[in-house]
Amino acid sequence: MTAQGGDQGARGAAEATARRSYGKLVAFLAHRLRDVAAAEDALAEAFAAALVDWPARGVPDNPEAWLLTVARRKAIDAARRRRSGADAARHLRLLAEELASSAGREAEIPDHRLALIFACAHPAIDPGVRAPLILQTMLGFDAATIGSAFLIAPATMGQRLVRAKAKIREAGIPFRVPERADMADRVEAVLEAIYAAYAEGWSDPAGTEARLRNLAGEAIWLGHLVASLLPEEPEALGLLALMLFAEARRAARRNAVGEYVPLADQDPGLWDGRLIEEAEAALYRASRFGRVGRYQLEAAVQSAHVVRRRIGSADWVAIERLYDGLLALTDSPVVAINRAIAAAETRGPAAGLRALDAVARDARLAEYQPYWAARAELLARSGNVDAAAEAYQRAIGLEADPAVRHFLQQRRNALCRGKPAGGRD
Amino acid sequence: MKYMLLIYSNESQWQGLAKSEADQRMAAYMAYTEAMTKAGALVGGDRLQRADTTTTVRVANGKTNVLNGPYAETREQLGGYYLIDVPDLDAALSWAARCPGASYGTIEVRPIWTI
Repeated sequence: MTAQGGDQGARGAAEATARRSYGKLVAFLAHRLRDVAAAEDALAEAFAAALVDWPARGVPDNPEAWLLTVARRKAIDAARRRRSGADAARHLRLLAEELASSAGREAEIPDHRLALIFACAHPAIDPGVRAPLILQTMLGFDAATIGSAFLIAPATMGQRLVRAKAKIREAGIPFRVPERADMADRVEAVLEAIYAAYAEGWSDPAGTEARLRNLAGEAIWLGHLVASLLPEEPEALGLLALMLFAEARRAARRNAVGEYVPLADQDPGLWDGRLIEEAEAALYRASRFGRVGRYQLEAAVQSAHVVRRRIGSADWVAIERLYDGLLALTDSPVVAINRAIAAAETRGPAAGLRALDAVARDARLAEYQPYWAARAELLARSGNVDAAAEAYQRAIGLEADPAVRHFLQQRRNALCRGKPAGGRD
Repeated sequence: MKYMLLIYSNESQWQGLAKSEADQRMAAYMAYTEAMTKAGALVGGDRLQRADTTTTVRVANGKTNVLNGPYAETREQLGGYYLIDVPDLDAALSWAARCPGASYGTIEVRPIWTI
Protein backbone atom coordinates (compact mmCIF):
# COMPACT_ATOMS: atom_id res chain seq x y z
CA MET A 1 0.00 0.00 0.00
CA THR A 2 1.26 3.43 -0.81
CA ALA A 3 0.72 6.29 1.57
CA GLN A 4 -0.75 9.46 0.14
CA GLY A 5 -1.37 12.88 1.69
CA GLY A 6 -4.05 12.22 4.29
CA ASP A 7 -7.76 12.93 3.92
CA GLN A 8 -7.57 15.05 0.78
CA GLY A 9 -5.55 12.52 -1.15
CA ALA A 10 -7.84 9.68 -0.04
CA ARG A 11 -11.03 11.53 -0.94
CA GLY A 12 -9.58 12.53 -4.29
CA ALA A 13 -8.55 8.95 -5.01
CA ALA A 14 -12.01 7.65 -4.07
CA GLU A 15 -13.70 10.20 -6.30
CA ALA A 16 -11.36 9.47 -9.20
CA THR A 17 -12.02 5.76 -8.84
CA ALA A 18 -15.77 6.40 -8.77
CA ARG A 19 -15.60 8.54 -11.91
CA ARG A 20 -13.49 6.06 -13.73
CA SER A 21 -14.92 2.76 -12.61
CA TYR A 22 -18.29 3.11 -10.89
CA GLY A 23 -20.28 1.67 -13.80
CA LYS A 24 -17.84 -1.17 -14.25
CA LEU A 25 -17.89 -2.09 -10.55
CA VAL A 26 -21.69 -1.98 -10.28
CA ALA A 27 -22.01 -4.00 -13.48
CA PHE A 28 -19.58 -6.64 -12.22
CA LEU A 29 -21.33 -7.01 -8.87
CA ALA A 30 -24.83 -6.91 -10.39
CA HIS A 31 -23.83 -9.57 -12.89
CA ARG A 32 -22.57 -11.83 -10.09
CA LEU A 33 -25.41 -11.18 -7.66
CA ARG A 34 -28.11 -10.96 -10.36
CA ASP A 35 -29.41 -8.06 -8.30
CA VAL A 36 -28.77 -4.40 -9.17
CA ALA A 37 -30.03 -2.92 -5.91
CA ALA A 38 -27.87 -5.23 -3.79
CA ALA A 39 -24.86 -4.39 -5.96
CA GLU A 40 -25.41 -0.65 -5.56
CA ASP A 41 -25.86 -0.95 -1.79
CA ALA A 42 -22.77 -3.11 -1.37
CA LEU A 43 -20.66 -0.74 -3.48
CA ALA A 44 -21.96 2.32 -1.62
CA GLU A 45 -20.91 0.72 1.65
CA ALA A 46 -17.52 -0.14 0.16
CA PHE A 47 -16.96 3.48 -0.87
CA ALA A 48 -18.00 4.62 2.59
CA ALA A 49 -15.49 2.19 4.08
CA ALA A 50 -12.80 3.52 1.73
CA LEU A 51 -13.33 7.06 2.98
CA VAL A 52 -12.60 5.81 6.52
CA ASP A 53 -9.79 3.39 5.70
CA TRP A 54 -7.75 5.14 2.98
CA PRO A 55 -6.96 8.33 4.91
CA ALA A 56 -5.71 6.19 7.78
CA ARG A 57 -3.84 3.46 5.90
CA GLY A 58 -3.16 5.06 2.52
CA VAL A 59 -4.73 4.56 -0.90
CA PRO A 60 -4.35 0.94 -2.10
CA ASP A 61 -2.31 0.14 -5.22
CA ASN A 62 -5.42 -1.32 -6.85
CA PRO A 63 -8.38 0.70 -5.55
CA GLU A 64 -10.92 -1.17 -7.71
CA ALA A 65 -9.88 -4.56 -6.34
CA TRP A 66 -9.97 -3.22 -2.78
CA LEU A 67 -13.51 -1.88 -3.29
CA LEU A 68 -14.68 -5.13 -4.86
CA THR A 69 -13.33 -7.21 -2.00
CA VAL A 70 -15.11 -5.05 0.56
CA ALA A 71 -18.29 -4.90 -1.53
CA ARG A 72 -18.41 -8.70 -1.72
CA ARG A 73 -18.21 -8.96 2.06
CA LYS A 74 -20.91 -6.31 2.47
CA ALA A 75 -23.15 -8.13 -0.01
CA ILE A 76 -22.81 -11.39 1.90
CA ASP A 77 -23.51 -9.61 5.19
CA ALA A 78 -26.62 -8.02 3.70
CA ALA A 79 -27.86 -11.34 2.34
CA ARG A 80 -27.30 -12.91 5.75
CA ARG A 81 -29.35 -10.17 7.40
CA ARG A 82 -32.19 -10.59 4.90
CA ARG A 83 -32.55 -14.32 5.23
CA SER A 84 -32.88 -16.81 8.03
CA GLY A 85 -33.46 -20.53 8.43
CA ALA A 86 -32.24 -23.62 6.57
CA ASP A 87 -32.48 -21.91 3.21
CA ALA A 88 -30.04 -19.24 4.37
CA ALA A 89 -26.93 -21.38 4.79
CA ARG A 90 -27.26 -22.83 1.29
CA HIS A 91 -27.95 -19.42 -0.20
CA LEU A 92 -24.98 -17.83 1.51
CA ARG A 93 -22.67 -20.61 0.39
CA LEU A 94 -23.79 -20.13 -3.21
CA LEU A 95 -23.33 -16.42 -2.88
CA ALA A 96 -19.83 -16.71 -1.48
CA GLU A 97 -18.88 -19.09 -4.27
CA GLU A 98 -20.32 -16.77 -6.90
CA LEU A 99 -18.37 -13.83 -5.60
CA ALA A 100 -15.15 -15.76 -5.09
CA SER A 101 -15.28 -17.37 -8.54
CA SER A 102 -13.66 -14.32 -10.05
CA ALA A 103 -10.86 -13.95 -7.56
CA GLY A 104 -9.82 -10.51 -6.41
CA ARG A 105 -6.28 -11.14 -7.64
CA GLU A 106 -7.37 -10.24 -11.20
CA ALA A 107 -5.49 -7.39 -12.74
CA GLU A 108 -8.43 -6.52 -14.94
CA ILE A 109 -12.04 -6.55 -13.74
CA PRO A 110 -14.24 -8.14 -16.42
CA ASP A 111 -16.44 -5.60 -18.17
CA HIS A 112 -20.11 -6.45 -17.69
CA ARG A 113 -21.38 -2.96 -18.42
CA LEU A 114 -23.06 -3.96 -21.64
CA ALA A 115 -24.91 -6.76 -19.84
CA LEU A 116 -26.05 -4.26 -17.20
CA ILE A 117 -27.32 -1.84 -19.85
CA PHE A 118 -29.22 -4.62 -21.61
CA ALA A 119 -30.74 -5.71 -18.29
CA CYS A 120 -31.92 -2.16 -17.65
CA ALA A 121 -33.48 -1.97 -21.13
CA HIS A 122 -35.02 -5.43 -20.95
CA PRO A 123 -38.55 -5.69 -22.46
CA ALA A 124 -39.89 -6.63 -19.02
CA ILE A 125 -38.82 -3.23 -17.67
CA ASP A 126 -41.26 -0.36 -18.14
CA PRO A 127 -40.00 1.71 -21.11
CA GLY A 128 -40.32 4.95 -19.15
CA VAL A 129 -37.91 3.79 -16.46
CA ARG A 130 -35.18 2.30 -18.68
CA ALA A 131 -33.27 5.53 -19.22
CA PRO A 132 -33.49 6.49 -15.51
CA LEU A 133 -32.28 3.00 -14.55
CA ILE A 134 -29.27 3.24 -16.82
CA LEU A 135 -28.43 6.70 -15.52
CA GLN A 136 -28.61 5.54 -11.91
CA THR A 137 -26.88 2.19 -12.20
CA MET A 138 -24.19 3.10 -14.74
CA LEU A 139 -23.51 6.67 -13.73
CA GLY A 140 -24.64 6.83 -10.12
CA PHE A 141 -27.18 9.62 -10.64
CA ASP A 142 -29.57 9.98 -7.69
CA ALA A 143 -33.35 9.79 -8.09
CA ALA A 144 -33.88 13.51 -7.46
CA THR A 145 -31.50 14.54 -10.25
CA ILE A 146 -32.99 12.07 -12.69
CA GLY A 147 -36.52 13.06 -11.71
CA SER A 148 -35.71 16.70 -12.26
CA ALA A 149 -34.32 15.99 -15.71
CA PHE A 150 -37.37 13.99 -16.77
CA LEU A 151 -39.83 16.33 -15.07
CA ILE A 152 -40.98 13.71 -12.57
CA ALA A 153 -41.33 14.19 -8.83
CA PRO A 154 -38.22 12.90 -6.99
CA ALA A 155 -40.19 10.58 -4.70
CA THR A 156 -42.02 9.11 -7.68
CA MET A 157 -38.79 8.56 -9.59
CA GLY A 158 -37.28 6.92 -6.51
CA GLN A 159 -40.24 4.54 -6.22
CA ARG A 160 -40.13 3.63 -9.91
CA LEU A 161 -36.43 2.86 -9.70
CA VAL A 162 -36.90 0.70 -6.62
CA ARG A 163 -39.74 -1.21 -8.30
CA ALA A 164 -37.74 -1.72 -11.48
CA LYS A 165 -34.73 -3.08 -9.60
CA ALA A 166 -37.01 -5.35 -7.56
CA LYS A 167 -38.41 -6.68 -10.82
CA ILE A 168 -34.89 -7.38 -12.11
CA ARG A 169 -34.22 -9.46 -9.02
CA GLU A 170 -37.62 -11.15 -8.64
CA ALA A 171 -38.33 -11.90 -12.28
CA GLY A 172 -34.79 -13.10 -12.84
CA ILE A 173 -34.04 -10.68 -15.63
CA PRO A 174 -30.73 -11.88 -17.09
CA PHE A 175 -27.50 -9.88 -17.08
CA ARG A 176 -26.54 -11.01 -20.49
CA VAL A 177 -25.80 -9.58 -23.89
CA PRO A 178 -28.69 -10.89 -26.05
CA GLU A 179 -28.37 -13.54 -28.71
CA ARG A 180 -28.01 -12.49 -32.34
CA ALA A 181 -31.71 -13.24 -33.00
CA ASP A 182 -32.95 -10.81 -30.33
CA MET A 183 -30.19 -8.28 -30.78
CA ALA A 184 -31.95 -5.87 -33.17
CA ASP A 185 -34.95 -5.22 -30.90
CA ARG A 186 -32.93 -5.17 -27.71
CA VAL A 187 -30.38 -2.73 -29.14
CA GLU A 188 -33.25 -0.47 -30.20
CA ALA A 189 -34.44 -0.31 -26.57
CA VAL A 190 -30.94 0.51 -25.31
CA LEU A 191 -30.42 3.23 -27.90
CA GLU A 192 -33.84 4.70 -27.16
CA ALA A 193 -32.97 4.94 -23.49
CA ILE A 194 -29.65 6.66 -24.17
CA TYR A 195 -31.32 9.07 -26.59
CA ALA A 196 -33.99 9.85 -23.99
CA ALA A 197 -31.23 10.79 -21.57
CA TYR A 198 -29.55 13.00 -24.20
CA ALA A 199 -32.84 14.70 -25.06
CA GLU A 200 -33.32 15.74 -21.44
CA GLY A 201 -29.80 17.15 -21.33
CA TRP A 202 -30.53 18.94 -24.61
CA SER A 203 -33.32 20.96 -23.07
CA ASP A 204 -30.80 23.16 -21.29
CA PRO A 205 -28.94 24.73 -24.22
CA ALA A 206 -27.14 27.41 -22.27
CA GLY A 207 -25.79 24.75 -19.96
CA THR A 208 -26.82 26.82 -16.96
CA GLU A 209 -28.09 23.79 -15.09
CA ALA A 210 -24.87 21.90 -14.36
CA ARG A 211 -26.51 18.53 -13.84
CA LEU A 212 -28.39 18.72 -17.14
CA ARG A 213 -25.31 19.88 -19.02
CA ASN A 214 -23.55 16.82 -17.66
CA LEU A 215 -26.50 14.66 -18.68
CA ALA A 216 -25.95 15.37 -22.37
CA GLY A 217 -22.25 14.63 -21.94
CA GLU A 218 -22.98 11.42 -20.03
CA ALA A 219 -25.42 10.28 -22.74
CA ILE A 220 -22.74 10.84 -25.38
CA TRP A 221 -20.29 8.90 -23.20
CA LEU A 222 -22.79 6.02 -23.03
CA GLY A 223 -23.25 6.31 -26.80
CA HIS A 224 -19.48 5.96 -27.32
CA LEU A 225 -19.42 3.00 -24.92
CA VAL A 226 -22.25 1.12 -26.60
CA ALA A 227 -20.85 1.82 -30.09
CA SER A 228 -17.46 0.46 -29.02
CA LEU A 229 -18.92 -2.60 -27.28
CA LEU A 230 -21.26 -3.36 -30.22
CA PRO A 231 -19.03 -2.81 -33.25
CA GLU A 232 -21.44 -4.68 -35.55
CA GLU A 233 -24.40 -2.40 -34.85
CA PRO A 234 -24.68 0.54 -37.30
CA GLU A 235 -27.56 2.07 -35.35
CA ALA A 236 -25.29 2.50 -32.33
CA LEU A 237 -22.97 4.55 -34.55
CA GLY A 238 -26.00 6.36 -35.98
CA LEU A 239 -27.14 7.43 -32.52
CA LEU A 240 -23.65 8.56 -31.59
CA ALA A 241 -23.47 10.64 -34.78
CA LEU A 242 -26.90 12.14 -34.06
CA MET A 243 -25.92 13.21 -30.54
CA LEU A 244 -22.58 14.61 -31.69
CA PHE A 245 -24.24 16.69 -34.44
CA ALA A 246 -26.67 18.10 -31.90
CA GLU A 247 -23.94 18.78 -29.34
CA ALA A 248 -21.87 20.58 -32.00
CA ARG A 249 -24.59 23.22 -32.28
CA ARG A 250 -24.96 23.87 -28.54
CA ALA A 251 -23.05 27.17 -28.52
CA ALA A 252 -25.14 28.57 -31.36
CA ARG A 253 -28.56 27.89 -29.84
CA ARG A 254 -28.57 30.99 -27.68
CA ASN A 255 -27.21 34.42 -28.53
CA ALA A 256 -25.06 36.65 -26.33
CA VAL A 257 -28.05 37.84 -24.29
CA GLY A 258 -29.51 34.38 -23.86
CA GLU A 259 -32.19 34.60 -26.55
CA TYR A 260 -33.31 31.56 -28.54
CA VAL A 261 -31.80 31.26 -32.02
CA PRO A 262 -33.60 28.90 -34.40
CA LEU A 263 -31.53 26.54 -36.52
CA ALA A 264 -31.92 28.52 -39.74
CA ASP A 265 -30.59 31.67 -38.07
CA GLN A 266 -27.66 30.05 -36.27
CA ASP A 267 -24.15 31.22 -37.08
CA PRO A 268 -22.28 28.18 -38.50
CA GLY A 269 -19.10 29.76 -37.20
CA LEU A 270 -20.31 28.93 -33.69
CA TRP A 271 -20.79 25.24 -34.50
CA ASP A 272 -18.06 22.93 -33.19
CA GLY A 273 -16.26 21.75 -36.34
CA ARG A 274 -14.39 19.01 -34.50
CA LEU A 275 -17.61 17.43 -33.20
CA ILE A 276 -19.17 17.68 -36.65
CA GLU A 277 -16.19 15.85 -38.17
CA GLU A 278 -16.51 13.18 -35.47
CA ALA A 279 -20.22 12.85 -36.22
CA GLU A 280 -19.65 12.60 -39.97
CA ALA A 281 -17.02 9.90 -39.40
CA ALA A 282 -19.38 7.86 -37.20
CA LEU A 283 -22.18 8.22 -39.74
CA TYR A 284 -19.87 7.14 -42.54
CA ARG A 285 -18.75 4.07 -40.58
CA ALA A 286 -22.42 3.20 -39.98
CA SER A 287 -23.29 3.52 -43.67
CA ARG A 288 -20.64 0.93 -44.56
CA PHE A 289 -22.82 -1.77 -42.98
CA GLY A 290 -25.62 -1.15 -45.45
CA ARG A 291 -28.29 -1.58 -42.74
CA VAL A 292 -30.24 1.68 -42.58
CA GLY A 293 -32.16 2.52 -39.42
CA ARG A 294 -33.93 5.33 -37.62
CA TYR A 295 -30.86 6.87 -35.93
CA GLN A 296 -28.75 6.81 -39.07
CA LEU A 297 -31.53 8.61 -40.94
CA GLU A 298 -31.91 11.22 -38.21
CA ALA A 299 -28.14 11.73 -38.16
CA ALA A 300 -28.17 12.11 -41.94
CA VAL A 301 -30.80 14.84 -41.57
CA GLN A 302 -28.50 16.65 -39.15
CA SER A 303 -25.66 16.28 -41.62
CA ALA A 304 -27.83 17.79 -44.36
CA HIS A 305 -28.53 20.73 -42.06
CA VAL A 306 -24.95 21.48 -41.06
CA VAL A 307 -23.77 21.33 -44.66
CA ARG A 308 -24.94 24.94 -44.59
CA ARG A 309 -21.54 25.85 -43.16
CA ARG A 310 -20.02 24.86 -46.51
CA ILE A 311 -22.60 25.64 -49.17
CA GLY A 312 -24.59 28.42 -47.52
CA SER A 313 -27.89 26.59 -47.23
CA ALA A 314 -29.24 23.33 -45.88
CA ASP A 315 -29.86 20.52 -48.36
CA TRP A 316 -33.66 20.60 -48.13
CA VAL A 317 -34.27 18.15 -50.96
CA ALA A 318 -32.17 15.55 -49.15
CA ILE A 319 -33.84 16.40 -45.85
CA GLU A 320 -37.31 15.87 -47.27
CA ARG A 321 -36.31 12.53 -48.76
CA LEU A 322 -34.73 11.43 -45.48
CA TYR A 323 -37.92 12.31 -43.60
CA ASP A 324 -39.93 10.31 -46.16
CA GLY A 325 -37.77 7.35 -45.18
CA LEU A 326 -38.14 8.06 -41.46
CA LEU A 327 -41.91 8.35 -41.74
CA ALA A 328 -42.10 4.99 -43.48
CA LEU A 329 -39.97 3.53 -40.69
CA THR A 330 -41.57 5.07 -37.61
CA ASP A 331 -44.98 6.55 -38.52
CA SER A 332 -44.20 9.20 -35.91
CA PRO A 333 -46.21 12.46 -35.88
CA VAL A 334 -43.03 14.29 -34.86
CA VAL A 335 -41.33 13.07 -38.01
CA ALA A 336 -44.40 14.06 -40.02
CA ILE A 337 -44.15 17.62 -38.72
CA ASN A 338 -40.47 17.92 -39.63
CA ARG A 339 -41.22 16.46 -43.03
CA ALA A 340 -43.93 19.07 -43.56
CA ILE A 341 -41.41 21.83 -42.79
CA ALA A 342 -39.00 20.34 -45.32
CA ALA A 343 -41.80 20.09 -47.90
CA ALA A 344 -42.49 23.79 -47.36
CA GLU A 345 -38.85 24.56 -48.10
CA THR A 346 -38.80 22.59 -51.33
CA ARG A 347 -42.32 23.21 -52.62
CA GLY A 348 -43.74 26.17 -50.75
CA PRO A 349 -45.84 26.71 -47.60
CA ALA A 350 -49.06 25.34 -49.12
CA ALA A 351 -47.43 21.95 -49.64
CA GLY A 352 -46.16 22.06 -46.06
CA LEU A 353 -49.59 22.91 -44.67
CA ARG A 354 -51.15 20.06 -46.62
CA ALA A 355 -48.61 17.71 -45.06
CA LEU A 356 -49.44 19.11 -41.60
CA ASP A 357 -53.15 18.69 -42.17
CA ALA A 358 -52.53 15.01 -42.82
CA VAL A 359 -51.41 14.57 -39.18
CA ALA A 360 -53.65 17.19 -37.60
CA ARG A 361 -56.10 14.57 -36.38
CA ASP A 362 -53.55 12.96 -34.04
CA ALA A 363 -54.77 13.81 -30.52
CA ARG A 364 -51.24 13.90 -29.11
CA LEU A 365 -50.51 17.02 -31.13
CA ALA A 366 -53.04 19.13 -29.23
CA GLU A 367 -50.40 19.68 -26.52
CA TYR A 368 -47.31 19.49 -28.73
CA GLN A 369 -45.68 22.89 -29.04
CA PRO A 370 -43.58 22.18 -32.16
CA TYR A 371 -46.73 21.26 -34.11
CA TRP A 372 -48.32 24.64 -33.39
CA ALA A 373 -45.07 26.51 -34.00
CA ALA A 374 -44.63 24.79 -37.37
CA ARG A 375 -48.25 25.48 -38.27
CA ALA A 376 -47.88 29.12 -37.29
CA GLU A 377 -44.74 29.54 -39.35
CA LEU A 378 -46.27 28.05 -42.49
CA LEU A 379 -49.52 29.98 -42.10
CA ALA A 380 -47.50 33.18 -41.73
CA ARG A 381 -45.58 32.40 -44.90
CA SER A 382 -48.88 31.80 -46.70
CA GLY A 383 -50.05 35.24 -45.65
CA ASN A 384 -52.81 33.88 -43.40
CA VAL A 385 -52.07 36.29 -40.55
CA ASP A 386 -55.05 35.60 -38.28
CA ALA A 387 -54.68 31.84 -38.29
CA ALA A 388 -50.92 32.20 -37.86
CA ALA A 389 -51.36 34.45 -34.81
CA GLU A 390 -53.74 31.93 -33.25
CA ALA A 391 -51.32 29.08 -33.86
CA TYR A 392 -48.46 31.09 -32.36
CA GLN A 393 -50.67 31.72 -29.34
CA ARG A 394 -51.16 27.98 -28.84
CA ALA A 395 -47.45 27.36 -29.20
CA ILE A 396 -46.65 30.09 -26.66
CA GLY A 397 -49.02 28.63 -24.10
CA LEU A 398 -47.47 25.18 -24.48
CA GLU A 399 -43.82 26.19 -24.21
CA ALA A 400 -41.93 25.76 -20.94
CA ASP A 401 -38.63 27.36 -22.00
CA PRO A 402 -38.91 31.15 -21.43
CA ALA A 403 -36.38 31.91 -24.18
CA VAL A 404 -38.37 29.99 -26.79
CA ARG A 405 -41.58 31.49 -25.46
CA HIS A 406 -40.13 34.98 -25.85
CA PHE A 407 -39.06 34.16 -29.41
CA LEU A 408 -42.54 32.96 -30.33
CA GLN A 409 -44.08 36.06 -28.77
CA GLN A 410 -41.79 38.25 -30.89
CA ARG A 411 -42.85 36.38 -34.01
CA ARG A 412 -46.50 36.77 -33.14
CA ASN A 413 -46.12 40.46 -32.35
CA ALA A 414 -44.31 41.09 -35.62
CA LEU A 415 -47.15 39.35 -37.44
CA CYS A 416 -49.81 41.40 -35.76
CA ARG A 417 -47.92 44.61 -36.47
CA GLY A 418 -48.20 43.81 -40.18
CA LYS A 419 -44.58 42.91 -40.79
CA PRO A 420 -43.96 39.67 -42.69
CA ALA A 421 -42.42 36.89 -40.60
CA GLY A 422 -39.10 35.95 -42.16
CA GLY A 423 -37.08 32.75 -42.03
CA ARG A 424 -38.09 29.47 -40.42
CA ASP A 425 -37.88 27.90 -36.97
CA MET B 1 -57.23 13.93 -11.03
CA LYS B 2 -57.45 17.47 -9.78
CA TYR B 3 -54.39 19.49 -8.79
CA MET B 4 -53.82 23.02 -7.64
CA LEU B 5 -50.90 24.96 -9.08
CA LEU B 6 -49.88 27.68 -6.62
CA ILE B 7 -47.76 30.42 -8.12
CA TYR B 8 -45.22 32.03 -5.79
CA SER B 9 -42.99 34.90 -6.80
CA ASN B 10 -41.22 37.92 -5.40
CA GLU B 11 -43.73 40.76 -5.70
CA SER B 12 -41.22 43.59 -5.54
CA GLN B 13 -39.64 42.10 -8.66
CA TRP B 14 -42.97 42.46 -10.47
CA GLN B 15 -43.15 46.14 -9.50
CA GLY B 16 -39.66 46.66 -10.88
CA LEU B 17 -40.49 45.38 -14.37
CA ALA B 18 -40.42 47.63 -17.42
CA LYS B 19 -43.84 48.01 -19.04
CA SER B 20 -42.88 45.98 -22.12
CA GLU B 21 -41.68 43.10 -19.93
CA ALA B 22 -44.81 43.24 -17.78
CA ASP B 23 -46.98 43.22 -20.91
CA GLN B 24 -45.09 40.24 -22.26
CA ARG B 25 -45.58 38.37 -19.02
CA MET B 26 -49.31 39.01 -19.06
CA ALA B 27 -49.48 37.90 -22.68
CA ALA B 28 -47.66 34.70 -21.77
CA TYR B 29 -50.19 34.00 -19.02
CA MET B 30 -53.06 34.58 -21.43
CA ALA B 31 -51.59 32.15 -23.92
CA TYR B 32 -50.93 29.62 -21.15
CA THR B 33 -54.50 29.82 -19.85
CA GLU B 34 -55.87 29.47 -23.38
CA ALA B 35 -53.69 26.44 -24.04
CA MET B 36 -54.88 24.75 -20.83
CA THR B 37 -58.47 25.50 -21.73
CA LYS B 38 -58.16 24.11 -25.24
CA ALA B 39 -56.47 21.00 -23.83
CA GLY B 40 -59.44 20.48 -21.53
CA ALA B 41 -57.27 20.71 -18.43
CA LEU B 42 -58.40 23.99 -16.91
CA VAL B 43 -60.96 23.91 -14.08
CA GLY B 44 -60.33 27.36 -12.63
CA GLY B 45 -57.77 29.97 -11.68
CA ASP B 46 -57.28 33.55 -10.63
CA ARG B 47 -54.64 36.15 -10.15
CA LEU B 48 -54.53 37.47 -6.59
CA GLN B 49 -54.01 41.06 -5.54
CA ARG B 50 -50.82 42.14 -3.80
CA ALA B 51 -49.81 40.59 -0.47
CA ASP B 52 -50.27 43.91 1.37
CA THR B 53 -53.99 43.77 0.58
CA THR B 54 -54.25 40.67 2.75
CA THR B 55 -56.08 40.45 6.04
CA THR B 56 -55.53 37.51 8.40
CA VAL B 57 -58.30 36.01 10.53
CA ARG B 58 -57.92 33.62 13.48
CA VAL B 59 -60.49 32.49 16.00
CA ALA B 60 -59.11 31.53 19.43
CA ASN B 61 -60.88 31.14 22.75
CA GLY B 62 -64.09 32.29 21.15
CA LYS B 63 -62.49 35.55 20.09
CA THR B 64 -61.96 36.56 16.47
CA ASN B 65 -58.55 38.10 15.85
CA VAL B 66 -58.20 40.19 12.71
CA LEU B 67 -54.70 41.21 11.71
CA ASN B 68 -53.33 43.35 8.95
CA GLY B 69 -51.11 41.62 6.41
CA PRO B 70 -50.41 38.05 5.23
CA TYR B 71 -50.03 34.90 7.36
CA ALA B 72 -46.24 34.99 7.12
CA GLU B 73 -43.59 37.30 5.73
CA THR B 74 -41.93 35.35 2.99
CA ARG B 75 -39.42 36.02 0.25
CA GLU B 76 -41.92 34.87 -2.36
CA GLN B 77 -45.65 35.58 -2.07
CA LEU B 78 -48.65 33.72 -3.43
CA GLY B 79 -49.64 35.58 -6.57
CA GLY B 80 -52.20 33.32 -8.17
CA TYR B 81 -53.38 29.78 -8.71
CA TYR B 82 -54.74 27.36 -11.28
CA LEU B 83 -57.03 24.42 -10.62
CA ILE B 84 -56.50 21.72 -13.23
CA ASP B 85 -57.89 18.29 -14.04
CA VAL B 86 -55.35 15.96 -15.66
CA PRO B 87 -54.70 12.19 -15.86
CA ASP B 88 -51.77 12.04 -13.42
CA LEU B 89 -48.99 13.90 -11.59
CA ASP B 90 -46.68 13.79 -14.59
CA ALA B 91 -49.25 15.71 -16.62
CA ALA B 92 -49.68 18.24 -13.79
CA LEU B 93 -45.91 18.77 -13.61
CA SER B 94 -45.80 19.23 -17.35
CA TRP B 95 -48.30 22.08 -17.14
CA ALA B 96 -46.52 23.55 -14.11
CA ALA B 97 -43.32 23.75 -16.16
CA ARG B 98 -45.12 25.70 -18.88
CA CYS B 99 -46.51 28.25 -16.43
CA PRO B 100 -44.71 31.57 -16.95
CA GLY B 101 -44.37 31.80 -13.15
CA ALA B 102 -42.06 28.78 -13.19
CA SER B 103 -39.34 30.78 -14.90
CA TYR B 104 -39.20 33.65 -12.40
CA GLY B 105 -40.80 32.13 -9.28
CA THR B 106 -41.92 28.79 -7.87
CA ILE B 107 -44.93 26.64 -8.71
CA GLU B 108 -46.28 24.38 -6.00
CA VAL B 109 -48.24 21.40 -7.30
CA ARG B 110 -50.69 19.88 -4.84
CA PRO B 111 -53.22 17.11 -5.39
CA ILE B 112 -56.77 17.93 -4.33
CA TRP B 113 -58.10 15.90 -1.43
CA THR B 114 -60.46 13.10 -2.52
CA ILE B 115 -62.61 10.90 -0.29
